[in-house]
Amino acid sequence: MQLPILSILIFFPVVGIVLLLFLNKENKQGLKMATLVISLFEFLFSLPLWFNFDSTTAAMQFVERHNWLPSYGISYYVGIDGFSLLLILLTTFLTPLCVLATWTDIQHRVKEFMICLLALMSGMIGVFAALDLFLFYVFWEVMLIPMYLLIGVWGNPARRVYAAIKFFLFTMFGSLLMLVAILFLYFHYGATTGTYTFDLLKMYGLSIPFHMQFWMFLAFGLAFMIKVPMFPFHTWLPDAHTEAPTVGSVILAAVLLKMGTYGFLRFNMPLFPQAAHYFVPLFSILALIGIIYGALVSMMQKDLKRLIAFSSVSHLGFVMLGLFTYTMQGVQGGIIQMINHGLSTGALFLIVGMIYERRHTRMIADFGGLSNVMPVYATIFMIVTLSSIGLPGLNGFVGEFLILLGAFKTNVAYSVLGATGVIFAACYMLWMFQRVMFGTVTNEKNLGLEDLSWREIAIFAPLILFIVWIGVYPSTFLDKTRATTENFVAQMDKAKATQVSLNQVFKGEKAQ
Amino acid sequence: MTLTIPSFQLVSIGPALTLTVTAILILMLDALTKGRKAYFPYLSLAGLLLAAFQTIDLWGKAGTDFAGMIYTDNFTFLFYLIFILGTALTVLLSPRYLEDYGKDLGEYYALLLFSTVGMMLMAAGAHLIMIFLGLEIMSIAVYVLAGLFREDARSNEAALKYLILGSFASAFLLFGMAMLYGASGGTLFLNDLAGKLAGATALQPLILLAIALLVVGFGFKVASVPFHMWTPDVYEGAPTSVTAFMAVGVKAAAFAAFARVFFLAFPAFKMDWNMLLWVLAVATMTVGNVVAIAQTNIKRMLAYSSIAHAGYLLVAIIAANQLGAVSLIYYLLAYTLMNLGAFGVVILVGRKKDSYLNIYDYSGLSTEYPALAAAMALFMFALAGIPPTAGFVGKFYIFSAAVKAGYIWLAILGVMNSLVSVYYYLRITVLMYMRPAEADLGPIACTPAQNAVLLVTAAGVLLIGIFPGFLYDLGMNAVKIFPGL
Repeated sequence: MQLPILSILIFFPVVGIVLLLFLNKENKQGLKMATLVISLFEFLFSLPLWFNFDSTTAAMQFVERHNWLPSYGISYYVGIDGFSLLLILLTTFLTPLCVLATWTDIQHRVKEFMICLLALMSGMIGVFAALDLFLFYVFWEVMLIPMYLLIGVWGNPARRVYAAIKFFLFTMFGSLLMLVAILFLYFHYGATTGTYTFDLLKMYGLSIPFHMQFWMFLAFGLAFMIKVPMFPFHTWLPDAHTEAPTVGSVILAAVLLKMGTYGFLRFNMPLFPQAAHYFVPLFSILALIGIIYGALVSMMQKDLKRLIAFSSVSHLGFVMLGLFTYTMQGVQGGIIQMINHGLSTGALFLIVGMIYERRHTRMIADFGGLSNVMPVYATIFMIVTLSSIGLPGLNGFVGEFLILLGAFKTNVAYSVLGATGVIFAACYMLWMFQRVMFGTVTNEKNLGLEDLSWREIAIFAPLILFIVWIGVYPSTFLDKTRATTENFVAQMDKAKATQVSLNQVFKGEKAQ
Repeated sequence: MTLTIPSFQLVSIGPALTLTVTAILILMLDALTKGRKAYFPYLSLAGLLLAAFQTIDLWGKAGTDFAGMIYTDNFTFLFYLIFILGTALTVLLSPRYLEDYGKDLGEYYALLLFSTVGMMLMAAGAHLIMIFLGLEIMSIAVYVLAGLFREDARSNEAALKYLILGSFASAFLLFGMAMLYGASGGTLFLNDLAGKLAGATALQPLILLAIALLVVGFGFKVASVPFHMWTPDVYEGAPTSVTAFMAVGVKAAAFAAFARVFFLAFPAFKMDWNMLLWVLAVATMTVGNVVAIAQTNIKRMLAYSSIAHAGYLLVAIIAANQLGAVSLIYYLLAYTLMNLGAFGVVILVGRKKDSYLNIYDYSGLSTEYPALAAAMALFMFALAGIPPTAGFVGKFYIFSAAVKAGYIWLAILGVMNSLVSVYYYLRITVLMYMRPAEADLGPIACTPAQNAVLLVTAAGVLLIGIFPGFLYDLGMNAVKIFPGL
């Protein structure tokens, strides 16, 4: 019998939570150590996914299926393909690093913090593995609570509650409309085929009339757009990122945002392919606005964390642009860019968090000339900055290049506009780096800053390893997603042939 | 002329009889023995336990008894169990609370049990008069309970307001029944009404008026807008344990009768009452949720939240399909658990004559009392409908019933309303977890009984939220009695 790896990954953190409950809450280092061990085990458990993954097939692997609510057609159904594999590994890879990053940062309510972190991990893996719409929705919502608490309890005292509630309400708004769409889809499927089920893969095969696809695409899309976040639904992001504790920002940026883009790949596009083709212009333009707007706003930020938050809007715009090309290059670029963004932006938030721990400020103006005082820090910061800009040889370049290539095939204008985003990225990142790092030390308080400790270096070492690895030899990762992407692109091409128009939506005309 | 007494089996109303006997016993003992009152809760619990066993024993029966006056079917029995659960939890919450007020009265428990008997008769009623009798038995006991604290002005106000408005609503209900009696040519048996009314096309205006009057009567009891005006004042003024009891028991009983009457008697007029209830449901959800945001008294907030929940439950009736009926049962059970749990915390934090009822008193609760705060947070998330709690599954069922029946817009308005509700439920968790303590709460001592309530409700909310299958199948089995659905 095959070992239920995915279930272990989903529920091992829950076991960990139970273990933590028995530890004394005053024993802070012990709690952190225990969480670190749990998350390292989780990472170890996730490695078989990578090694046993069959990259020649687009079918779901490591599938587990158990009845949950059989009379309703709901089952506990998990499995992964190339899209989810990388994201799950990213999650299990980053969590131990996040625990390490809390070592000195989080000092009050450590026990609750670690419980939230583990609950979040469980929920995130669940979202990426769920193949049943009901199960997916449950994980999607469950995850909100720990993230909400992370922001609200351990965030920046001044505005944390505002940011937490805003995060919660924005996400909830989208997902509730998605719930109605899920129900509608469920009953539509039941009415057409006679079997009532929430099984996602079965629903892939259904051909839904365009006017229904139109509305359901929008309902699902809204939930995911808010999560990505795409312009104009991005306003929760800068607040949530800025107010969250360092680790909260890292997880938010690295994994939670990916749920939006993953949602488009897994649900929106394959379920409603005709609508997905119909909406390409709208979503591409929104993605482009996001790229350019995010970059321009980043440039003007005085707060390091806010700057990175807005740069996320820009980077995620690239991902969306790539996904909506429905080409091999674009989609693969989009996926690799999701991972890149997780690594680089995660690392950037950690970098800002470390300087914040030392100086208790994140204002760019308070720094300057730090490279003289903290050479190791400066080196790491430089590498990550360049990776975020997309310097060839580092990971960002691979993703952005593939996305622009894909976009060029479908529409040259998108590609050209998207490319300006790369230039802007260089502007705001390098300018920020210059102001913080170069020149002479302008603020006396910065003279006594300590360079990174071994623990902190240990956090960055694996991150930088992968930043370089993806940059130099992306095939390791692209191979894993190739079969899935080919299948996805082929499916999307099939739907392209059908002619659709708005008259079908509003006047009830039949498809041509 | 010979008088024939129809054959009947007392066992059909066994649970109700048991509770009546227990209540009378408590009253007698209260009158005859002086001083020793501590065992009344135990006695009530024993009676409730026996009633629960009797109900389970009845399980699987079908049909009517007492000359067709009451139903004996699984739909009824499921509601019996919900009432018994709600009453038992209330009994467990009460002793310490009443002690704090110096009101450890025997009649309190007797009234609770009488009221439960009324609820049972409402759920079981197969004849409109039976339903009316049940409603009155339940209501009169609750009127008295609401005014239990005679010296407290708010409690007085609550009782009086509830009594006057409640009588008014009962009159509407009765008037509606009288019209139906005329329109149907002289029958009030639910089983016969549908056929008789469908034939009486000439009397349609009269029937529609009767339906409207019934909606007023039931709408009052379930606290639906625009018949909700009494709710916040009565909930705030009544003793907290009674409020908890009212919020779950009365609502569940009224919905049981509401659903039964409308599903069985008026299928021919479905279009008409559906339209009416659609408007009421949307108004109820919206008013309940929006006004709840402005509340700073936790009891008032929960009162408005209970109005909003009545709105969701109306959606289940509007859907008028099997799924809707199942979701009604499931949601009422879930609501019983989460609402009683929440009121349990309110009683614990309130203490000493309800001194801590402001929501800001909950600030920083998590630092001093992490378990209590965690329980409250769980109930708030459940009420807001966030998985993996029973509240989520309940809403999921209700809105899927609506979507199945084609009421997409109603479902959208419903979920948007639960988004609004997230705001005020979340605020309690914000206060508990993200703000420093404001009021000096002092020590909160829990009795084992109160602990048991919190434990049972919290575990129940999670358990039936994660494994809803068993109840779903039970419910599906129970709602087969509605032929038209």
